[in-house]
Order: sequence, then structure tokens, then C-alpha cells
Amino acid sequence: MASSFRGVDFYNLDGLLSEEERAVRDTVRSWVDEHLMPVIGDAYIEGEFPKQLIPGMAELGLYGANLPEEYGCAGLNNVAYGLIMQELERGDSGIRSFASVQGGLVMYPIYTFGSEEQKRRWLPSLAAGKDIGCFGLTEPDYGSNPAGMITTAKETKDGWLLNGAKMWITNGSQATVSIIWAKTGGVDDVKSIRGFIVPTNTKGYTAKDQKGKLSLRASDTSEIVLQDCVVPKDAILPKSGGIKSPLMCLTQARYGIAWGALGAAMACYDEALDYSKNRIMFGKPIGQTQLQQVRLAEMLTEITKAQFLVLQLGRLKDAGTMTPEQVSLAKRNNVNMACECAREARRLLGANGILAEYHSMRHMANLESVYTYEGTHDMHGLILGQAVTGLNAF
Amino acid sequence: MKLAACIKRVPDMELRFAIAADGKSLNPAGMKYDIADFDGYAVEVALRFVEQNPPGEVVVISLGPDGVQETLRKALGMGVDRAVQLKADEVPFDGMAIATALAAELRDGGYDLILFGRMATDSANQAVGPMTAQLLGLPCVTAVSKLEVAGGRGKAQRQLEGATESIEFPLPAVVTIDEGVARPRLPSLKGIMAAKKKPLEVKPAQLGEVRLNVVTMELPPDRPPGRIVGEGADAVPELIRLLQTEAKVL
Repeated sequence: MASSFRGVDFYNLDGLLSEEERAVRDTVRSWVDEHLMPVIGDAYIEGEFPKQLIPGMAELGLYGANLPEEYGCAGLNNVAYGLIMQELERGDSGIRSFASVQGGLVMYPIYTFGSEEQKRRWLPSLAAGKDIGCFGLTEPDYGSNPAGMITTAKETKDGWLLNGAKMWITNGSQATVSIIWAKTGGVDDVKSIRGFIVPTNTKGYTAKDQKGKLSLRASDTSEIVLQDCVVPKDAILPKSGGIKSPLMCLTQARYGIAWGALGAAMACYDEALDYSKNRIMFGKPIGQTQLQQVRLAEMLTEITKAQFLVLQLGRLKDAGTMTPEQVSLAKRNNVNMACECAREARRLLGANGILAEYHSMRHMANLESVYTYEGTHDMHGLILGQAVTGLNAF
Repeated sequence: MKLAACIKRVPDMELRFAIAADGKSLNPAGMKYDIADFDGYAVEVALRFVEQNPPGEVVVISLGPDGVQETLRKALGMGVDRAVQLKADEVPFDGMAIATALAAELRDGGYDLILFGRMATDSANQAVGPMTAQLLGLPCVTAVSKLEVAGGRGKAQRQLEGATESIEFPLPAVVTIDEGVARPRLPSLKGIMAAKKKPLEVKPAQLGEVRLNVVTMELPPDRPPGRIVGEGADAVPELIRLLQTEAKVL
């Protein structure tokens, strides 16, 4: 058995975490070592989400872990939630994506915009993994510009009539419930965007896997078609309104991504460091060469900086003062940093680095999706540019 | 049934450790601690026992400085009902001193079963469990890999070299647990949150006299580098000669 993951903590960051935050991190770390690492390589090659892990993740309490206990959740603070994402993505970005979507994009909007009845109906079963959720915002022609969506919801005598198509939907094919965003007014009426809770067995709702992915292969990505899909009146999330509502969800998910990408970077660094000490070339470990030492030093430096970034972001979130722009900065920085670490780690591993037996290339390929989804790297640059200049360059 | 699990907080054995400047203890810098491996099994056995035979109570006890509270809370996070810290500035090396303090705590506790790990993964003495049993006048079975209790009697199995031994004994009793019984569960996130609200009592440890002390501690010498005696079949005679004359393993 491979030795268990020890994390990266060059600046004694552990000293800034509470005992409870460390305990949460250690529990998830052990779970990933015991249950995810043995199966992830094959799942990735096969292009299958490892469904067998869903109940175990629920039992630990990983879904919506920062939501209150009264809805069956763990009631953790946001730093502990971030640490969960870090540890899951240390295993694989696809598995973290699954948990991110379930918690940040499905449970969060139901908790934030839902009625008490909707919360009681859905949150406990989503926390328990009995229901699996997905989030339908992106459309084939509206990715970075979700406000342009053309999916509509027309109010009828008995409920709502949904028509449209959604794309790049994580968990789409295995979901039992979908949060669908649609315009209740005309296609130019951005203010009319509302969220709907749509059970996926509703007539007129179909989802199919998107094939041929070279990234996030252990994650389920789907296209959703809504054709005269009728849901009852109470399917609408009553407190949702305008593009701001789905963007609030994305802020939650992006927060988790900033932490998650850090986990992937730590995994790559850890693998590269270990390899550099054991791989002998020209009669000495490659870790004894200046070239590889600088490579490792760069990775360690960037990881350490990124750790402080998300820790402070989490403290701000717990204090209720975090801004979406701060999340943009962390998502943009940490994912880019993780992409660089993964690539450098893969290179350090030489030819072995292209094998699924090692993890860096899997992370490298995964992180290209993470770089692109939930606001591309470039879009977050524009969000930050707008924040500092006050000028909109979209 | 009322069960106690006595647990020890030990350094994480997978980390590389260094000897402190005093030459007789581990350097605590960068050290991480966790519940000793076999003690984790003991906690799991206790929890499963109560889950399968309710009602019941599981109490964890640990002796040491305040750092042990983190280890006790981990056990509370796994599902243990309450915890007791027997507070001492340090954990003595002398098992009898520890057993004396534990026996004082356990004596009037009304426990049906007192569980220990087979040994602590740092000091590896395998002494505290049997010594505590002796002080309490209770039967003791060590290194148990399977445990059943029915009608006020216990039945335990021990794995010997190439054989399995079954033992019966009356309760109350002390049992030390080997691995293989039940893999310790991870504390769930809800368990970690709930642990903060569970009782953790701190009492001064009534340590016995400390008669054993560590004088020095040394790391093993570095292994000499390997030697390549040749390549292919031609090297075999020389390799055999060295294995016979130098290494003396053939």
C-alpha cells in the first residue's frame, strides 16, 4: 500500500486551523486514501464516475457540509468546508466537482432561495446521497454569458412549462433532481431569470452523457433537453430572481474550487517530491539536481501562497464579508497555479509521468476543465479588472 | 453493558522523527499525533459492541497532558459517549505508574469490559493492560482478534503462529485488542461537531511510583550502501560466495 498523503505545510498553517478544522481535514484525507485512491486510476481510464463512493461520502457528511444540522447537514464553518474540497480534489477534480455541485450548486440554492417546504423535502435526502443533484445554467450558446440564456419557463394554469437546452452539466446523467434556470419573461428580460426544482423523471426532461472528454473523465458531464417539460407551481424557487441568483450559487462553487485546486496542486507536488528522491539518474536521485530542486521550490512557493489566500478567504466568508471579486481572484490564481504545478510535476516524472499509475497527468488534464468552468480564467480577469477600474470590459 | 477503552496519544509513526536535544526523547517539532493504532481498534470494538447490543455506554480514558484531549475528542467524534483525561505533565515510561492511575479511575466505574490496544505503537511495552487487570483483580486476555460476550461471560480468539486459540472468561474483564477485529471508523463530520458537546472530564492522574526511566534514545545507524557484484549469470558465483561468507545468510 502506498504511504498515506501528508499534505504540504511549509509555514505551519496547521497552527492557524482550529482542532475541529484539522479533524475534518484529517477525516476526509483518510477517506480519500482508503476509498478513492485505490479506484480513481481505473475510473478515469474507464471514463466512469465511481458511483460506489456516493453512500460513503454521504455517511461522512460531505454533501452541503456547511449547511445547518437541522436539514441533515454537518453545520461546519467555511474553512472546514474548503478543507473538504481540498482533500477531495487531492484525489480527483471530478470527485470534488461531484461534491461541489451537490452542495454548492444544488443544496445551496434550495437552502437560500427555497421555501421551508422545499428545504425539508430536498436537503436531508441530498445530504444523505439518496438524491443526486445537478445545476442547469450553461447553455450551448451561453457559457460565459449566462444572462443571455434562451431557456424559458411559461406559467400555465397548473404550473410551469419549461423549454430549452443546457450543456456541460456535471452529474447530469445520474441526477435525480435538477436546478434549472430559465427566463419567465422574454429572452431579453434578464430580471425574469428564476430557478426551478425539476425531478429528472419529469416528462419532457432528458439528459445524455457528453462523450469524448479528455478531462474530468471520472465525472459525469451531460447535455439536458427540456421539451414541454411541465412542473408544478411550487417547483419555482420563490426567493430566486434575476441573474444574481445563479451567480450567487457560482460564488459558492468557485469558493470550493479555489480550495480544491490547491488540493490537486498539493497532490502533484507530493508525487513529484517523492519521485525526485527515489528516481536515480546519472548515479544520484534526480532531486539532487539543481533543475528539479528549483522546480520543486517553485511549486512549494506557489502552493504556500495559495494556502494563505484561501484560508483568509474562508475567514472572510465565515465573517460574512467575502466579496465575489475576492472569490474570483482566488479561483483564478489557485487553478492557474495548480495547472502549472501539475504540468511541472508531470515533466519531473519523465516518461513515467504519462502513466495513469501516477497522478500528475490526470490532475493536469482535469485542471484544464477546472480552468475553464465556473468562470474561465480570462473571465475572472475581467471581473477583477472591472472591480479595480470600475470599467466594464465584457 | 458499560465499556471503557483506554487509549494513548502517540506520534504519527509514518513521519520521520528526530531525537530531542536531551538525547532521550523525541523532538516534538513538526510532530503530529494520533490515537495509537491498536487503541483505535479497541475503540471500534467497544462502539460496535454497544451498537449491536444496546443499551450501553462507551467511555474513553487517556492519561497525559492537555494534548490528549484532541485524541479523546477524536474518539468522541467516532461515537464514544464520554471521555476522561487523567491529567499528567507527561506520560511516564513505567507502565505500572500508568496502570496505577488507570486502576484508580476504573475501580469503582462499574465497567463490564475494559479494553486496551494490544500495545502502544510508540513504547511497545504491552504492559499497561495486563498490569491494570492485575491491580483490579480482573481476568485479562491479550492480543484478542475476535471477541464475543453472552450471559456475563466472554469468549475471545487469539491468533498464534499458525493456530487460533479460543479462551473463555467471566466478566468483568480486561481485554487487549489486536488488529483484525474491526477496522476503526473515521469520525464523521457530524460526529466531529457533536464531539464538542459531549462530556470530557479532566481529573489529576493518581500516578504510581515511576521506577523506569529512559536514559538514552538512539536512531539506528544508516544502512551501508548496496554493492553491485557484477551483472548477469556470471555474477552468481560471486554473489553466492558473499552471501555465504560475508552476509552468512546461506
